[in-house]
Amino acid sequence: MDNKQLLRVKDLKLYFRTRAGEVQAVDGVDFELNYNRAVVILGESGCGKTSLAKAILRLLPRNISQYSGSILLENRDVMTLNEEDFRRSVRWVQMSLVPQAAMNALNPVIRVGEQVAEPAIIHLGVSKQEAMEMAAKMFQHVGVPVDFLTRYPFELSGGMRQRVAIAMALVTSPNLIVLDEPTSALDVLTQANIFNVLKRLKKELGLSFILITHDIATSSELADEVAVMYAGQIIETADAEPFFTNPLHPYSQKLMASVPRLHEQKELDFIVGQPPSLINPPKGCRFAARCPFRFEKCAEEPPVFQKDGREVKCWLYA
Amino acid sequence: MSQVNLAPTFSTQQDARPVLLSVQELRVWFELRRFGFGHAGYVHAVDGVSFDLAEGETIAIVGESGCGKSSLMKAILGLNKPTAGRILFEGQDINQFDAAKKRWYHSRVGYVQQDPFGALPPFMPVRRILEEPLIISGVKDKDERMERIRKGMEEVKLSPVEDFMEKYPHMLSGGQQQRVVIARAMIMEPKLLVADEPVSMLDASVRVEILKLLRALQERHNLSVIYITHDLSTVSYFSERIFVMYAGQLIEKAPVRGLIDRPAHPYTQALLTGTSEPDARNALTYKEIPPGEPPSLVKPPSGCRFHPRCTRIIKGECDVNEPLEFTIEDRHSVSCWLYKG
Repeated sequence: MDNKQLLRVKDLKLYFRTRAGEVQAVDGVDFELNYNRAVVILGESGCGKTSLAKAILRLLPRNISQYSGSILLENRDVMTLNEEDFRRSVRWVQMSLVPQAAMNALNPVIRVGEQVAEPAIIHLGVSKQEAMEMAAKMFQHVGVPVDFLTRYPFELSGGMRQRVAIAMALVTSPNLIVLDEPTSALDVLTQANIFNVLKRLKKELGLSFILITHDIATSSELADEVAVMYAGQIIETADAEPFFTNPLHPYSQKLMASVPRLHEQKELDFIVGQPPSLINPPKGCRFAARCPFRFEKCAEEPPVFQKDGREVKCWLYA
Repeated sequence: MSQVNLAPTFSTQQDARPVLLSVQELRVWFELRRFGFGHAGYVHAVDGVSFDLAEGETIAIVGESGCGKSSLMKAILGLNKPTAGRILFEGQDINQFDAAKKRWYHSRVGYVQQDPFGALPPFMPVRRILEEPLIISGVKDKDERMERIRKGMEEVKLSPVEDFMEKYPHMLSGGQQQRVVIARAMIMEPKLLVADEPVSMLDASVRVEILKLLRALQERHNLSVIYITHDLSTVSYFSERIFVMYAGQLIEKAPVRGLIDRPAHPYTQALLTGTSEPDARNALTYKEIPPGEPPSLVKPPSGCRFHPRCTRIIKGECDVNEPLEFTIEDRHSVSCWLYKG
């Protein structure tokens, strides 16, 4: 096994039971991530990308009907651990999560410094004194003035609160941070600032990131690799450079063509129709109904094809 | 306000279209109260904004949250009373209207909200949502109302109409909900459409569909549109001119290409730097972003409101005197001392 490999997800499935039927939110996802790399999971709302984050961190609701596959984290299959071992040795120790809208989820009546220190006290068992020192160090890393430690969330701007949420994920020094839409509610300049912070963290602390987002343009600020998700499946994985210049899967191409550009005037494109329901996803390729290149083969489910070191789940590349 | 901006009003008269809406030296201040009654200053949400909007013209107002763009929009919709200044619609001051005239004004101006699900009443089917404005403005004939609803729905491509008539908002996708919002805004056949971040809650692929729909409606009805957004990248697909707003003031006004290719104000330049385009090289470099955050509008900075964050500050000028509006090229003006001449 390659010792540069941090994470390897294989055939991960997460299904939910609902009154309307079984929702196949994550349906056989494979991807890998090496140390000090960032992978972007790109997808539109309802494609299962947040469920994927939750499946990786095993933050599951009660109505799951299937949760299977393997997650190799630093050469250990964490899927085989029981709940208590997972909590003690994986979640927040080896990898942590910055959930969606984390900046609005801070406890309003506790000082932000204490909130950032809390994971260290619980997961590393350090004293409160030490944890506060660690929190102060993390504040410096994410660019929040240290005297903000004693402030309450309402005294901070949105960008500062988002940095605090990132500091909270960092305080136990995990190797992997999962970011779920870290900047989608923020202003342009604040967004750019947060991405500067993330880039610096990646360089200075050697962190790896899984960035989950629907925003293609800003995702390129951090991406080394891109995985495109559609209807619960990953349909294309590639390095950032070839992906952003020449995506392979028709869905990726259409998605890229819908991104408005500042400096070139090109006609924008959109995708007709809607993504399929995840309750009874169509047989065969799940994008087929909206795909301009559809042909007979597409009625069968496409396997993952290799093309120039990239992976794409589409019969066009057979 | 110790100083009054004496800059000449920016003129749009070159294209010879008649002016539909004229905003003149508009100020919207909100009083802050201490313990419910003592005066504690004002929030200067809109502070000296002037522009003319021609018939059939589309403009975009770009700014970050808290810059006052929503307060400006609400003043134009007649929902905020101006503290000073005037808003003229077809030459008439909208704040002098009596009740009947106000109803007429509200039928001339359509409003597209940001969050379509929040903007639609959850207990009304689409038909009822679209019927409401017609009932309020006194369209008595039921058949006529149904006819107009049908036409309105077809125009926003909610077809076949019968499939959507009796649906409730939660049964529709985000894009379809936004179409209902647009249909409702258009049902009275307004002359002016105010769209507040109409696509920011939508997915990338749907976003383009809605922008194209808005553009088609604009062209077909020769609508004037005020498009309010924080996202510069969508602006060039939709508007003729861009106004950049910062801390309650319009700091740069220019045609779209002029602003994007030759931004003049340091803040506009920063906004353009901050806007990402999909490019793998982005991950290799840091962005140069001005430090700090937009100022409090309770006590805005003296002089230029951007000066505490500006890297090109002229000491003794920018921090003391409020910048005048300088015209730097055809229809392109900027409020910044760097362009004094």
